[in-house]
Amino acid sequence: MTTSSETHRSVTGRRIREHVLRESRRANVGHIGSSLSIADILAALYGGILRVGSPEDPDRDRFVLSKGHAALALYVTLFLRGWLPESELATYCGDDSLLGVHPASELPGIDFSTGSLGQGLSLAAGAALAARMSGSRRRVFALVSDAELNEGSTWEAVMFAAQHRLSNLYLFVDLNGQQALGYTRDVMAIENPVERFTAFGWDAEEVDGHDVPAMTSAVAAAETDPRPHVFVARTVFGRGVSYMNGQIKWHYWPMSEEEFAQAMREVAET
Amino acid sequence: MRATFAKTLTEIAREDKRVLLLTADLGYMALEPFAEAFPEQFINVGVAEQNMVGIATGLADGGFIPFLYSIAPFASLRAYEFIRNGPVLHRLPVRIVGVGAGFEYGTAGPTHHGIDDAAALRPQPGLTIITPADALQMRSAMLATWDGDGPIYYRIGKEEKVVVPGLDGRFRLGRAETVREGNDLAFVVMGALAPEVCAAAEQLSERGISATVAVVSSFNPSPVEDLALLAQAHRLLVSVEAQHVDGALGSLVAETIAEAGTASKLVRIGVRRSPQGRSGSQRFYHALHDLSQTAIVERVLSLAAGEPV
Repeated sequence: MTTSSETHRSVTGRRIREHVLRESRRANVGHIGSSLSIADILAALYGGILRVGSPEDPDRDRFVLSKGHAALALYVTLFLRGWLPESELATYCGDDSLLGVHPASELPGIDFSTGSLGQGLSLAAGAALAARMSGSRRRVFALVSDAELNEGSTWEAVMFAAQHRLSNLYLFVDLNGQQALGYTRDVMAIENPVERFTAFGWDAEEVDGHDVPAMTSAVAAAETDPRPHVFVARTVFGRGVSYMNGQIKWHYWPMSEEEFAQAMREVAET
Repeated sequence: MRATFAKTLTEIAREDKRVLLLTADLGYMALEPFAEAFPEQFINVGVAEQNMVGIATGLADGGFIPFLYSIAPFASLRAYEFIRNGPVLHRLPVRIVGVGAGFEYGTAGPTHHGIDDAAALRPQPGLTIITPADALQMRSAMLATWDGDGPIYYRIGKEEKVVVPGLDGRFRLGRAETVREGNDLAFVVMGALAPEVCAAAEQLSERGISATVAVVSSFNPSPVEDLALLAQAHRLLVSVEAQHVDGALGSLVAETIAEAGTASKLVRIGVRRSPQGRSGSQRFYHALHDLSQTAIVERVLSLAAGEPV
């Protein structure tokens, strides 16, 4: 049984970004900015927070990438942990690949298939309840985008988790401030997210979504609180690549060869 | 069937602690036997059907067998995409129980009628649909299927006492059950309309028309071979369902006949009209949509007389 976290130094935000850029360029697909904004959250989770001895361990901590469109960052993370061969990572977005734009649970290391926004937190809450009812100490982590807070179903799951005091449920909100067609403040403003979650009965705090040690400490400190936990992670969309920062078009846009070269140079310096 | 469902599930749960019952705040005077016997295995998730399916997906992934209870359209249509991306996509043993098949919630009106649930869910790959014809068959079907691997939608009624003559509670997954043999035509009926159709067949026999009655209670797997045999043996097939004619039983029979290449004629009896604001009892709706015993008999007689269908 997996009981304690281990540190995996191979999983860093910079390495995740480099591989995200390489695979995005090779496959000529977008969702780059969304993947870059969560790179450090994944580095915190898979670099130390998650208790996962192997993807097959039934008592491993679970992870639900509710914002499934950033799956490339997760594939890269699984690769950096040694669970996904580089040759398979290179099939990203190819024909007959298990590595599509959105994650499929048929791929070892992916706990749940996602892609339709607003569904992941329900799955995570059910998985957390299953763990508790089974007497398992495994925890469930979920990562939602700020735009997923537009979905009413997300709030159904928020209320359910609070009602059932699912203290083994940990939610990260990737608060990068933008969604597919605009900035969240213009589309569906999410002001005072910490206060909103607190009002819904959660243990809520804001974290810097690019500060791995701070996120790791925040999770450890939350462990004794009997409520479900949410970390509202302030992030920069397209983090590490100056021309993507805060730019709506990089939700969907693929990079040119020149843009790729510049992105790699900039990420290497972070 | 509701009471039978609760009673049967209580028996199953006594033997298997993986069985859970979740409700979206419905089931007053129906689910109490389970809730009282197994309070730790009973969860009212509140009025939140899609979240209930998502929660159940996580529970099933963790080794449980959750049964989800709500009124048919809420259980199926409100939660549709969660069903598709949850238990269907992950191939998990979630059991969705939609109560109020057809027009059983009569006066509650069109928001509560289960007349498009089976049709809507049938395209989902690997999602078994079970729509029992009476409470005895409901019990057999549950006992035969509850611990299977994939997801199931149980489409159940409220009627406990009326039984289908000759069915004796028989249920075989993916098979049609013939409860009456005849030569002139074959009725193919889904769900709790079966007694009505049996009564119509009896009435027709008094008029010299002999009808087979086959009860279809499952889709995915669907009784394709049984239906093809029925089509080979009868010149006329009449499908009867308290459901929109497109998508569920009538469509299955039409597809089967076409693919089997038989020459039978098919008449599909089912819901063809939009709601018009006037509500009433189940009997009222059956008459309105030509699903009553009388209407079924008249339809067949007009066919026999060679009138346009």
